[in-house]
Amino acid sequence: MNIAMQRLRSAPPRYWLVLVVAIFFVGLPTVVTSFQSSEWTLVLIFAIVIMGLNILVGYSGQISLGHGALMAVGAYTSVILIHRYHINYLVTIPIAGLLTGVVGFLLGIPALRLSALYLALATFALAVVTPSLIKRPVQLTGGVQGLFIAAPDPPQFAKDAFGAVTGGAVMTSDQWFYYVTVVIAMVLFWFAWNLVRHRPGRALRAIRDREVAAASSGINIAGYKTLAFGISAFYAGIGGALYGLTSGSVYPDSFPLALSLALLVGTVIGGLASIAGPLVGGIFTFWLPIVSGQFVASQPWIPAQIAAVFKNAGPAVTYGALLILIMIFAPNGIVGLITSGYAFLRRRLRRPAERETGQAQPDPETV
Amino acid sequence: MQEFIQLIVSGLANGGIYASLALALVLIYNAMGLVNFAQGEMAMFATFIAFTLIDRGLSYWIALPLTLVIAFAGGVVIERVVIRPVERAPVLTLVIVTLGLATLINGTAGFLFGYSPREFPSPFSVRAVNLLGAFVSYRDLGVIATSAVVLVLIYALLQRTTLGLTMRAAAYHPEASRLLGVRVSWMLALGWGLASAVGAVSGIMVAPVLVLDPNLMQTIIIYAFAAAVLGGVESPLGAVVGGLIVGVTVNLAGAYVPFVGGDLQLAVALAIIVAVLVVKPNGLFGRATVRNV
Amino acid sequence: MAKTGSRFAAIVASLVTLVACGGAAGPTVATDVGVTSNSILLGSTMPLSGVAVTYATIAGAEQAYFTYINNQGGVNGRKINFKVVDDMYIPAQTTSLTKQLVESDQVFAMFGGLGTQTQTSVRDYLNSKKVPQLFVTTGATTFDLDFGKTSTADSSIKWNYTIGWQPPYQGESRIYAKDVLANHAGAKIGVLYQNDDYGLDYLKGLTDGLGSNASMIVDKESFDATAPNVTSQLVKLHASGADTLFIFAIPTPTITALATVPALGWKPKQIYINSVSNVAKYMQIAESKGASMDGAISVAYLKDPTDPQWASDAGMQLYKTVIANCSTCDANNGYNIYGVAIAYTMVDVLKQAGSNMTRANVFSIASSQLNESNPFLLPNVTVKTTSSDHFPIMQEQVIQWGGHAWHLQGSVIDERGTIK
Repeated sequence: MNIAMQRLRSAPPRYWLVLVVAIFFVGLPTVVTSFQSSEWTLVLIFAIVIMGLNILVGYSGQISLGHGALMAVGAYTSVILIHRYHINYLVTIPIAGLLTGVVGFLLGIPALRLSALYLALATFALAVVTPSLIKRPVQLTGGVQGLFIAAPDPPQFAKDAFGAVTGGAVMTSDQWFYYVTVVIAMVLFWFAWNLVRHRPGRALRAIRDREVAAASSGINIAGYKTLAFGISAFYAGIGGALYGLTSGSVYPDSFPLALSLALLVGTVIGGLASIAGPLVGGIFTFWLPIVSGQFVASQPWIPAQIAAVFKNAGPAVTYGALLILIMIFAPNGIVGLITSGYAFLRRRLRRPAERETGQAQPDPETV
Repeated sequence: MQEFIQLIVSGLANGGIYASLALALVLIYNAMGLVNFAQGEMAMFATFIAFTLIDRGLSYWIALPLTLVIAFAGGVVIERVVIRPVERAPVLTLVIVTLGLATLINGTAGFLFGYSPREFPSPFSVRAVNLLGAFVSYRDLGVIATSAVVLVLIYALLQRTTLGLTMRAAAYHPEASRLLGVRVSWMLALGWGLASAVGAVSGIMVAPVLVLDPNLMQTIIIYAFAAAVLGGVESPLGAVVGGLIVGVTVNLAGAYVPFVGGDLQLAVALAIIVAVLVVKPNGLFGRATVRNV
Repeated sequence: MAKTGSRFAAIVASLVTLVACGGAAGPTVATDVGVTSNSILLGSTMPLSGVAVTYATIAGAEQAYFTYINNQGGVNGRKINFKVVDDMYIPAQTTSLTKQLVESDQVFAMFGGLGTQTQTSVRDYLNSKKVPQLFVTTGATTFDLDFGKTSTADSSIKWNYTIGWQPPYQGESRIYAKDVLANHAGAKIGVLYQNDDYGLDYLKGLTDGLGSNASMIVDKESFDATAPNVTSQLVKLHASGADTLFIFAIPTPTITALATVPALGWKPKQIYINSVSNVAKYMQIAESKGASMDGAISVAYLKDPTDPQWASDAGMQLYKTVIANCSTCDANNGYNIYGVAIAYTMVDVLKQAGSNMTRANVFSIASSQLNESNPFLLPNVTVKTTSSDHFPIMQEQVIQWGGHAWHLQGSVIDERGTIK
């Protein structure tokens, strides 16, 4: 007991932060409307995909402008399995993830031969072509008409638990699905965190920073790079499946180029090579179009001219400008800003003893 | 047979469009080793500037050079303001910045000019001429001819002038160039200005053939990428040849390959990009570079 | 150490309180959601930005008409509040935003949602919640045709709360079929169509309308919206020997197609252009690119603001008055008179509902009890629904291009009852 208490007290602050965030997400649907829960479901879905994209871009240093295409693979896999083969929707999620992971792994093989710039080009073209590719096999994908599924009903145990906690409120389909997403996000978050903390993470970072040196120390470059593609595709596939399930439908136009770009943007703005970044990225990706489109327009204190600009030029101009500004001033993203700000503050608030020796406490989590 | 010839001739005409934008891409690549995702949007915006000038009453032949000057200046300004702070950043940062630029310019164009299709004049007539039993319009021929002229000018600049040599040196080895007294940063700005002007020419030639709206270059840029990659990203000649080949291939594939049909023509461009990059990354006319470890 | 513990506990507590206070309270219970004694709240999702932004002006026109009505005291003393949100033409956004409008903003009904994929993606949801999905802004035949049918995804949902407005695409191309059979008996038809619900819907109407004569179609070529040109498709159509060309595409590819035809040395005897792309200005742009369009045929059901024959028409003058309420709307844009016309029908329905302002009643009027003569539609075109006919507008008039403008031909053609 004493040892446990000691461990608890000496745990670094970020563990407490994680706990707070976890409590926030678990408790959310009990205090907000069902619709607002569904919004946060989408935030978490984006966060999941961005987590995967982060492993690829932030940790292994390979660019992908085409993750929307991978989401499409996951979404269509899941919906087709439900629609045609009547498989339980929960079971389709890992299947979609695995299938997409394999696709990503296969994509990673030719990607090995492409330099960063060319990889960006190729994946960009892939993202543009995706809706057309989906439309082609009409029998399978339903073509332009898309495919629909029914909203999943919460199981009895969930309804009972929710009712008990909220004093009688009936759990909606959206709220149930929110919890499914939260659980999956937590599992995937934990998995990614362990991945980057241990050997694979170090190998990937070594490859990203000094590929030639990494090769000479015996790291299997090709293996790790394609693995990174595969894993990030796995995440995208799961995110895609959840995306399709929460929307209730999939169409070729649900996965346009804009989605792929938004995912990459979210990854970078959240903060590359960080674990908290994807969550920030997910929040950003989901809320930006809404804020720039509606929020600005409805605030009375913003002059009408400016509001009109935002409304019409809206997301495009805001995205573009924000992207450029963040890349110039905060290339490590928002999380990067926060951590460097935090580090700055810590240096300022260092205890006298440390200041004299000039040594900072070693950070147990060098990520 | 008639159909086949027509498809090839039309393919060459379409290819001229891709070639003209690819030339701008090649210029930027020669200046900084980067493919500019915003090239198409910059070209479109310059075309709208020309449109506005003509709409306000300026003669076509005055608006045209004026637009080129404005485009050049715009390119320089963009490089100084947006690119310079991230000049030495990794590729990813630069890619994202150019993507951001593309989105920003497209949104601004949409906001300023609206999304309705507009008419844009051309010095070439719309009449069609009979060529080997196939028809092609003077406008389409005009696009190819202009691209050829721009090609010659770029080639002359890059290969035959000191300025061009300096630009290429600055891109190839910035450190050594600095030691030799080259203002590397300004070479970059020059490269962007020139590319912007070339893009403007492309837009001005293309807009009469297609329809002028903010989405003018959205899919053309992909075909232009394919053209540049196929020809070798640093070779202007490659850009033109690549463009013509892409144009013909896409047409023929669309007509004769049932799998592609009319719907997956863009996928053909994607296939070209991937195939070239995997099999022969330097394209048809590019030189193989050896990376020193 | 104890201080650290309590500090963090305090932070956690305050965070939870923050969330609890920020979250919305439970929904207010009302018999008529979205209706108060002096207002009605309508919601809509439209592409105010993104790929389909050309249609954004329709929202402005609709708002202009509602403002006009509100300035006269509203409908039975209630002002119409119209909340339009931007879904950027992406179905996932539409779903999310529609849920927000229904659950958070508590709209009375959804009105004029734009887009086929976007509106089918929320059809199940709205019908399951019995929120009227009124007068969707798309000609996709399914919205009228599949009235009352069971959802393909969820058999517990019936589509009893969805209705379209404009003439369905299949109805329009049936009229073209009639025209071809009547006036061009031996025609060899070539069809250029967009490879999406839009183009496919038109194609089906044409094929069905030709019936046993469907073999008149000698070639059909599709193209993807991402294609920068349709040259190879037109080359093939030309080579197939077709002398009658149908173009089922949105404005930009329609213009390039029309310009490419003469550039290939092709002079079809007859060209048919679909109604979405037949805006006079676009046709003039095509002509400036060398298209020879004289004699081209299309259809119309709305009065054209650029047509001088309506200059002193009462309906057109009303339109000009109304559209002045929208500062960003171009009065000559046909999309705007569409917006005003559809808003007129909406207000008409609300007026008919009188004091029985429930969702069920309003929808019942819209889908089964309409018989409206709309001042912005061509004369003799009525907006009519009955308990067995849920196609509000099924009449259009043929127009022919000549002298840089469209000219009405003959009389209004009625397609009621033909689509089953």
